[in-house]
Amino acid sequence: MGAFLVRLLFQGIVTLLVVSIIIFVGVFAIGNPLYVLVDPSAPAEVVQETLRQLGLDRPLHEQYVRFVLSALRGDLGTSYVHALPSLELIASRLPATLELVVAGLVIAFLVGVPLGLLAGYMANNWLARLISSLSILGISLPTFWIALIMIIVFSLELGWVPTGGRGDVATVLGIETSLLTASGLAHMALPALALSLFPLALIIRLTRAGVREHNRMDYVKFARAMGISPQRILVSYVLRNILIPIVTMMGLIFGTLVAFAVVTETVFAWPGIGKLIIDSIKVSDRPVIIAYLLFVVTMFLVISFIVDLITAALDPRIRLVKAS
Amino acid sequence: MGKLSAFTDSKLVLLAIGLLGITILAALFAPWIAPQDPYDLAQLYILDARLPPLTRNADGTLFLLGTDDQGRDVFSAVLYGLRISLGVAFVATAIAVVLGTSIGLLSAYAGGRTDAVLMRIVDMQLSFPAVLIALMLVALLGTGIEKVTIAIVAVQWARYARTVRGAAMVEREREYVEAAQCLAYSPSRVMFRHILPNCMAPLSILATVEVASAISIEATLSFLGVGLPITQPSLGLLIANGYPFMLSGNYWLSIYPGLVLIAVIIAINIVGDRLREVLNPRSER
Repeated sequence: MGAFLVRLLFQGIVTLLVVSIIIFVGVFAIGNPLYVLVDPSAPAEVVQETLRQLGLDRPLHEQYVRFVLSALRGDLGTSYVHALPSLELIASRLPATLELVVAGLVIAFLVGVPLGLLAGYMANNWLARLISSLSILGISLPTFWIALIMIIVFSLELGWVPTGGRGDVATVLGIETSLLTASGLAHMALPALALSLFPLALIIRLTRAGVREHNRMDYVKFARAMGISPQRILVSYVLRNILIPIVTMMGLIFGTLVAFAVVTETVFAWPGIGKLIIDSIKVSDRPVIIAYLLFVVTMFLVISFIVDLITAALDPRIRLVKAS
Repeated sequence: MGKLSAFTDSKLVLLAIGLLGITILAALFAPWIAPQDPYDLAQLYILDARLPPLTRNADGTLFLLGTDDQGRDVFSAVLYGLRISLGVAFVATAIAVVLGTSIGLLSAYAGGRTDAVLMRIVDMQLSFPAVLIALMLVALLGTGIEKVTIAIVAVQWARYARTVRGAAMVEREREYVEAAQCLAYSPSRVMFRHILPNCMAPLSILATVEVASAISIEATLSFLGVGLPITQPSLGLLIANGYPFMLSGNYWLSIYPGLVLIAVIIAINIVGDRLREVLNPRSER
């Protein structure tokens, strides 16, 4: 297990280094950030002085080393637009994104598992086929379009919920949350629903496949032979077994949803990190772009590290294959 | 012929193919079909602005899908948008297929260290969601039609590489490959003329579905305002531009480009699904 852990950690660090080099070279070498900071008509001395102050007159590899060293100290630069350290900016917007992602996952789980059980159990009737077809649509249709339709139907036509924004927030332990106010929940309903569609489709498909696979197994046959009702077999025997891969998948998809939230947050004007990155790309706020990309990549690596660790702990074969 | 008839015995699939045929023709011949050139300012009249669908202006010109805030015919704009959306998706998919297939074949044929390194890169890339990779590239490269194409290629090449490698690994062990090698054919000839034709089934299924995903990625980026520039309005950009007017009741500016976008994506997925059933002997539903 020790060698496996070291190897996993080493792989993660190498990936992070590679990605940081790509981001660094991309952001710093493709364009000159100087003209965002200095008036193009400024005298040459001022331009030279700013270049020197920012360290932009140094060779690329030297700049990269400085960038990594300050990144290790938690300094990823200051936003040109907000005049705040970019990491601080991301930290302040992160709770909004996280609560949206968690709400989306909870909806996906609560709706997806029963629908998947139904589709798997009924095998080939029209309802099962309808559920499967809808789950294909949930994966292939662009999220922003579904979100727009939701706004038209639920906000503009029916007037049930607001079209966008976050509403009132309550502060718990220094973190603002929309989950505890009526207006916050009303604002959150549509974006959370829109974000839940993608994981919902995946959960339906996974549950359906799981039910079909397990229904052929001996323990289900024995349970049937004992005269246990089909509903009880499904819920207390089969469901218990297929929950493990579903929960693993939800862990893996958490990071994907944080990235996916970019679309949902933009449509619903939800003030999370997804809206922050789109706004930053539009005005070329480089420190925020770099900080966001590095943050999301790191989050991904940490999640896959944890998942690898858990699966390896559960299954010795994986340790052996991956360590060799 | 058995496969072809199996392919066309479903009415839904025929409908999807018909719809795709019409949209592709409409995109190709947009300049001849469209009632007006939506981007020639001389043809626009501000007095025609925001007409609802199926209304006529003072001259009696019919606006099938209404007009936008500048008096532009939405039907014409959708045709031109379709042209851009499909164009970007097809070009990006073609590049990604060539790139991914070559890398996949090389990986399977060379084996050993080359294979390990290439597949490690593929794994690394596939572990990140497509939106994030596309966004990262657009953030680094900037926006524009060629940047978006590069972003789509970067998102998709790895899927082709993995699929083709998987299929080619199986084929490589077959006797006909050994025979070709005994004839001292060059590695590239064995890879492209002998192994590749036998990997076409999984490749064509994947490529079909990936066109839909390319359309979706481009539309999403353009909708977010980090995709195509305002001078090249794809369907995604038309939806984004119409969105503010939707809040004031002019629904047709966003709805019609959106419906066309959705119809194309769904039709491609239906065809791709059917392809998978017909080409894969093991599939049973």
